[in-house]
Amino acid sequence: MEIGLHHYLVVSLVVFLAGVFTVLTRRNAIGVLMGIELILNSANINYIAFSRYGGGGYDGQVFSVFVIMLAAAEAAIGLAIVLGIYRQFETIDVEATDTLRG
Amino acid sequence: MIYAILFYLIAGLTVLSALGVAFTRNVFHSAMCLMGTLLGASGLYVFLAADFVAVVQLLVYVGGILVLTIFAIMLTHQIAEVQVSNRSVGRLPALALVVLIGIAMGVALFRAPWHVEPLAAAAPTTYHIGDAFLNQWLLPFELASVVLLTALVGAIVLSRKELRA
Repeated sequence: MEIGLHHYLVVSLVVFLAGVFTVLTRRNAIGVLMGIELILNSANINYIAFSRYGGGGYDGQVFSVFVIMLAAAEAAIGLAIVLGIYRQFETIDVEATDTLRG
Repeated sequence: MIYAILFYLIAGLTVLSALGVAFTRNVFHSAMCLMGTLLGASGLYVFLAADFVAVVQLLVYVGGILVLTIFAIMLTHQIAEVQVSNRSVGRLPALALVVLIGIAMGVALFRAPWHVEPLAAAAPTTYHIGDAFLNQWLLPFELASVVLLTALVGAIVLSRKELRA
């Protein structure tokens, strides 16, 4: 069977769902960040698959480079915040940090 | 034929390790599974004739973000989680929600009339991407540099020790 657009879209769908599940169920803040990385990767797979099969030139690849760049910035800031939380609370459980809860 | 087998191998690696990230209890194992997903995605980009993005994926994700994540895991000792599920969203409701989203997106995916054109021959992409960055996407490109600089300074400010005089 010929490998077509749908194959890539299905792979990306499963990666996206795994990412959403990770974000929803993790209590560890680093785990949540890893789920976000999965979601961004699935978006990237879609961008490049559409750019290859839709005949749209190189715009999809340019956008995926932007996504990778923003993911790097997000990971750096997110992990810095996680380390700050760890220094403050001695834990990175996202449910222990509820100081602002009324 | 060998093309299809290779594709299924790489797609299987991507999907299985993504599920591994979602379902393992140990965060360090999750990070190792994340590496599988990132490598698999890079392989998929090669299949899609996106050589530049595949290499960028390897350099930035596997060489940068993943190493940073593992550093953070090592610095915060709570690697093994006794209780994985969140109190606000339990595992089963989360699974149900994800399955619902998956069904909706799967139906949309197979019903939608995607615009597909015949494949062009695979050609080196780096020249064209650089050209697009410095012509059509120049403003976003420069904005991206500003974002990266801001993130760099912000990460330093957030993670240094407070100095009190």
